[in-house]
Amino acid sequence: MNIAVCLKQVPDTETKIVLNSDSTDIVTEGIKWVMNPYDEYAVEEALKIKEKYGGKVTILCLGQERSVEAIRTALAMGADDAILLNDPAFEGSDSYTTALVLSKALSQIEYDIILTGKQAVDLDCSQVFAGLAEFLSLPYVSIVVGLELFPDQKKALAKRETEGGEKELIEVTLPAVFACQKDLNTPRYASLPGIMKAKKKEIKKLGLAELCLNPEHVGAKGSKLKKGKYSLPPQRKAGIKIEGEIPEAAAKLVKLLREEAKII
Amino acid sequence: MPGIWILAEHKEGKFKKITYELLSLGKKLKSKSGEELCALLLGSGIENLANQLGPYGADKVYYLEDEVYKSYLNESYTQGISELVKSQDPSILLAGATALGKDLFPRVAARLGTGLGTDCTSIDLDNNLLKITRPIYAGKVLMEATIPQTKPQMAMLRPNLIEISPVDSSKKAEVIKSKANPKKEDLRTMLKEILKGESKKIDLTEAKIIVSGGRGMKDKENFRILEELADAFGEGTAVGASRAAVDSGFAPHDIQVGQTGKVVNPTLYIACGISGSIQHLAGMSTSKYIVAINKDPEAPIFQKADYGIVGDLFQVVPLLTQEVKKLKSEG
Repeated sequence: MNIAVCLKQVPDTETKIVLNSDSTDIVTEGIKWVMNPYDEYAVEEALKIKEKYGGKVTILCLGQERSVEAIRTALAMGADDAILLNDPAFEGSDSYTTALVLSKALSQIEYDIILTGKQAVDLDCSQVFAGLAEFLSLPYVSIVVGLELFPDQKKALAKRETEGGEKELIEVTLPAVFACQKDLNTPRYASLPGIMKAKKKEIKKLGLAELCLNPEHVGAKGSKLKKGKYSLPPQRKAGIKIEGEIPEAAAKLVKLLREEAKII
Repeated sequence: MPGIWILAEHKEGKFKKITYELLSLGKKLKSKSGEELCALLLGSGIENLANQLGPYGADKVYYLEDEVYKSYLNESYTQGISELVKSQDPSILLAGATALGKDLFPRVAARLGTGLGTDCTSIDLDNNLLKITRPIYAGKVLMEATIPQTKPQMAMLRPNLIEISPVDSSKKAEVIKSKANPKKEDLRTMLKEILKGESKKIDLTEAKIIVSGGRGMKDKENFRILEELADAFGEGTAVGASRAAVDSGFAPHDIQVGQTGKVVNPTLYIACGISGSIQHLAGMSTSKYIVAINKDPEAPIFQKADYGIVGDLFQVVPLLTQEVKKLKSEG
């Protein structure tokens, strides 16, 4: 079982976001960058599959040079190989062009399974997994919280979250793409020897030329969704603290909910 | 003739509320561009449903009726929708940012080679160009975007944002049965089983009222008092949890609110024993009204709350349940 994991480097979720002067992007100076939290579940699942069935885990990441840190985290957890997709022409990619570039790189390696996080917590588009599947003509299952493999039959059984606590069991023919959700597993911490080993590993770098891509079809130019202005949402103001003994406060709150908020 | 299309989502023989919200939005867009408003639905045994959408504003209803669409699968639905869309060439295609929409529309967009706005909080038209606004960084920032070069312009609308416009019972839609049906044996995915959730409550992202618990709940069992308050409010209410509560094992992840959980938008959000981390606030601060109940008067959640009670949630919540019940019984 060869497993490919597509991951992204994103600002830590603790980050207080500040906009740049012309409101076209966020200020990136001083940000702590991490592996997208949902991608950690994808890496962990890949390692579990490798431990059970053998094979190789390859990390693919489209991003700036600094993304090697997120890649090294995955290598330190136990991934075998890594590819950074980096080219000035890739800047400003939307989900469509991100999936396009990743799919070109994927078609140069061997895989039975492609894993990725269900969404990146920066732009929250949650579309790359589907684009990968489309461009590689593969099936996919999204919001995966359970995964069982049947390598002999080239099949997998995926449990996916839908809504209201409901889950679906989907049988899917491999190779396939799985978009991982939080409940899937508990990502391991990198071991010290793992970290040392990861430092020495070569990270292959592929750009426009190596992937035989047209610069018009990638990055901001090829993007279908054009970004406009950024703004900060209106700040909420603190309202009233209801004083008094608890029973009176509770009664008063319910009264306010009915009369002011008109909810009950 | 190119139209404004909406995906009409239905479950167990009934349309979901988002379908009416999308039609209401569609009517607004139609008033600007003059294009016809069309609804699209897929399923098995749905002719009766297809006939219901005229009064809500649909000029035309396309429906794909086949056994293969009985259970939703992104593979079959993508094929059906894409073929129909290619043949009719609408300029806009909208769905709800629901579990189904978010699974399906990314692949439809990739197949049609067009752009898609996920989880939009505002969708408008300016010179036939769709102008969308969507929260990014879990709502810490709002981004405007357009899809200027490709058709259809696709977007998913966050539920609970649009008021449903008045129904015109005399209005009839032209109902068109279409055929674009993949064969079951060609599909590489199959729905084996649906596992029902423990509670029959509606999904957090569609709830009108959310009663949410944090680290202050102390135990899994204690979530019962939140369930009781939710039951007192009645239909449209769901129970949520903070990441701290989920990570402590008090609640399942599928009810987590925040940056690595669900971004919610109810009319009322009641935060019980939740301090209000930046990640949690990002996931719920578009709620219309926020109530905070916390022992710590310095908890950041009070800075965002419309109403706050400083006190022990184990004392406050049961009293609230009683008061809500009392008020409801009075009518």
